[in-house]
Amino acid sequence: PVSLLFAVGQCGNQVGCRFWDLALREHAAVNKKGIYDEALSSFFRNVDTRSGGDGPDIYKGKICSLKARALLIDMEEGVVNEILQGPLRDVFDSKQLITDVSGSGNNWAVGHKLYGCQYRENIVEKLRKTAEHCDCLQCFFIIHSMGGGTGSGLGTFVLNLLEDEFPEVYRFVTSVYPSGEDDVITSPYNSVLAMKELNEHADCVLPIENESLFDIVNKIHQMINSGKLGSTVKQNSLVTSSAGGTKTVQEKPFDAMNNIVANLLLNLTSSARFEGSLNMDLNEISMNLVPFPRLHYLVSSLTPLYTLADVNVPSRRLDQMFSDAFSRDHQLIQADPKHSLYLACALLVRGNVQVSDLRRNIERLKPSLHFVSWNQEGWKTGLCSVPPVGHSHSLLALANNTCVKPTFIELKDRFMKLYKKKAHLHHYLHIDGMEQSCFSEAMMSLSDLIEEYNELDATKGGPRIDPSRLKIAV
Amino acid sequence: MSIVTVQLGQCGNQIGREVFNAICSDAHGTHGLCSKKENESYHDTCKERFFYEEESEVPVARAVLVDMEPKVIGQTLSMAARSGCWKYDDRSHFCQKQGSGNNWANGYSVHGPRHKEVIMNLVQKEAEKCDRLSGFFTIMSMAGGTGSGLGAFVTQCLRDAFPTSFILNHVIWPYGTGEVIVQNYNSVLTLSHLYQSSDALLVHENDVIHKICAQLMNIKQISFRDVNQVIAHQLGSVFQPTYTGDGGLLYSRNPLGDLMETLVPHPEFKMLGLRNIPQMPENSLAYSTFTWPGLIKHLRQMLIANAKMEEGIDWQVRPPRLGSSIPSSHSTDKPLHFNTSIANLVILRGKDVHSVDLGSFRDPSLYTSWLNPQDAFHAWKTPRAFNKYEKSASLVSNSQFLLKPLDNVVGKAWNMFAYKAYIHQYTKYGIEEEDFLDSFTALEQVISSYTIL
Repeated sequence: PVSLLFAVGQCGNQVGCRFWDLALREHAAVNKKGIYDEALSSFFRNVDTRSGGDGPDIYKGKICSLKARALLIDMEEGVVNEILQGPLRDVFDSKQLITDVSGSGNNWAVGHKLYGCQYRENIVEKLRKTAEHCDCLQCFFIIHSMGGGTGSGLGTFVLNLLEDEFPEVYRFVTSVYPSGEDDVITSPYNSVLAMKELNEHADCVLPIENESLFDIVNKIHQMINSGKLGSTVKQNSLVTSSAGGTKTVQEKPFDAMNNIVANLLLNLTSSARFEGSLNMDLNEISMNLVPFPRLHYLVSSLTPLYTLADVNVPSRRLDQMFSDAFSRDHQLIQADPKHSLYLACALLVRGNVQVSDLRRNIERLKPSLHFVSWNQEGWKTGLCSVPPVGHSHSLLALANNTCVKPTFIELKDRFMKLYKKKAHLHHYLHIDGMEQSCFSEAMMSLSDLIEEYNELDATKGGPRIDPSRLKIAV
Repeated sequence: MSIVTVQLGQCGNQIGREVFNAICSDAHGTHGLCSKKENESYHDTCKERFFYEEESEVPVARAVLVDMEPKVIGQTLSMAARSGCWKYDDRSHFCQKQGSGNNWANGYSVHGPRHKEVIMNLVQKEAEKCDRLSGFFTIMSMAGGTGSGLGAFVTQCLRDAFPTSFILNHVIWPYGTGEVIVQNYNSVLTLSHLYQSSDALLVHENDVIHKICAQLMNIKQISFRDVNQVIAHQLGSVFQPTYTGDGGLLYSRNPLGDLMETLVPHPEFKMLGLRNIPQMPENSLAYSTFTWPGLIKHLRQMLIANAKMEEGIDWQVRPPRLGSSIPSSHSTDKPLHFNTSIANLVILRGKDVHSVDLGSFRDPSLYTSWLNPQDAFHAWKTPRAFNKYEKSASLVSNSQFLLKPLDNVVGKAWNMFAYKAYIHQYTKYGIEEEDFLDSFTALEQVISSYTIL
């Protein structure tokens, strides 16, 4: 099944770029014969470019020219231009790009209402063309940040559009949330306005916080520089590394952090692409992790962060991987799932791990986790045989947990601070289509969401209903 | 007579492959314990039952492979072909690309009707290859979306298209602590629907087989392949040729029919459990000897005490004393842990089978009172050893074996249903709350019926 990726805005495109690079690296490691296979077709088309330019798609046989199934959208040219001049330039063609020059000025309304309106037809046309090349389109991925103007505004516009045009196709959104110290003053406005769209139109959201990515990067630096591990870490195994990919130039500052997000997406889709004894497709993730439509925010954690060069990994190390997945150090957002309530949890394992390893660790970790009363054994598991590059095994944990509530409450508080004073509001309101009600509605949407999490926390998801069984007359 | 196997979903296809492997390897095994003539007869019957011969090629399994995503079928076909001893018909499979998303409603209401014609055509083709069709054996898991939902739909179609053939559903009960979060919903919907179209449900529980792998087979890092191989061995021990004890000189011609006749006297009672002993790692086989009295004694106690395997059997459990003044099927006189049977089938394979005394299985106190004890118990035998085991005994039982697991699954599903969790995922594809209630009601009925045995 095929996925289409939308990278919107500066952040979205920077992460997207890392994703394509690492995806190529991963497939190159697995696909030794250079045959275009089902796994590759999830993210790439195989185009016949021998006669120059854009030839027809080749569905079987040798790899000719791989093109990413993506649309790159940005209202500034800088990032996209860099991609097109860099080593990935052949992976995209001009028909996949939508750019403008002036940017969105960190203004959601500019991104959503102004550019949305202006570029709607263009986006729909390109979307339809790209979808035509897809044998069986299963999923859309949107990568963007919440705090700015393009990623946040135009990104959520695209989300709406996707629901209108292809209502049956799953919409997964990877959203980078701004931190408290974000230097964009209006980031709370942008984020809350975007949240309403995510609440209403996304199937699953994977919230990411820069602080967490930053902490992971630091942790790795420390491990390497402390001299304890140093040269014995396999470079290409680092979750932050671009090694082995196309980048030969010096890495840019956000590359390490963006690689983490790229690895998240690779792991998320691994079982849909590669074989295993218990496959987990993307539609299964949504099915199992979203018990109620609006509660679709999933906390992700990735392990391992690196692998040591000496390969022989005893079982104890394997168990450590499971423990790490439940440690805050490995999460991509700042939250505390262990002290909050789990609605559901998924474990996507890659590599040489068997069902008994999975069972042993679930039994071991279960007692320390709190699950809702109606889903006490709520685990969704997947076993994919192909490990990520540089590792013998890896684990991605996705949790639907009430621990996201504080993040949303903080966001709401920051929003209110600005909104009460009507600070910067005029920049939004003078955009055609924006009214004060957009703000109050967005605010309510967020409050309602927080309230749903509150309800669950208060009752532990539990008994206000007495579910006594049906009685059968004998 | 031949059996056509329908492999549904990832689980169904993975297990199906192991079953044909086990059958083939058993059929080809050199078993110096019986006469050459016996062996040839066994071999021929087995061939006809599960395979058909193509000119100068390896035997082709009588099977249809169905899945809503391509990876597993691809693997299954190539692994079979690589075995060099058998293969699948390259055209006898159907797959799509997008999977069922663990959604029973998607499998049943969307994929089912959409692909009915193609799938049934494949089944028809396989059925036509058989000189005489005994019936269908479907393999599926109840936890996911394809095996469970599409499997239930296909079973219904089989019933409609082949009203006089037997249908046996092999159903895999998932691990209790989840492979799939909505597995209990999928299970309830599957079981209630299968009950309407199937002749019997033969169940294997992952948790039980896992224990067998850990404690009896001594496997350290248990994979799904290990689990599936044990399941395949157990199924093989039931479906490989036997004499049905009618004094016939020929191997039984109608395995599915015979099975149904002996075990399913009443349509309310279709849940069959399976036990097979002994079970051990291959390299221990040479060092172990068993006696039939010992095996029979263990198997009987496993039945009575509802033990899942031959270790940890509760020997304290005893059948109730007969001659109580209430000649009804009330369970009040019966000790709490005692497993009451409706009907049992014991299958013995190997050395000296004809000398085995099965009187203890004919004890009326083991059974409900509706059938005559001689009708409630049957034994099938063959001197031909199975899969390198000098002696092998299997028990297929229509009893309270599955009462507790069924009750557990219904309980958990009901609990989740009370909060309406995940229901929106099903209503999206046309399975409404009412449909759930119907399924719950149907299963509570089954539970009640088995409880008051």
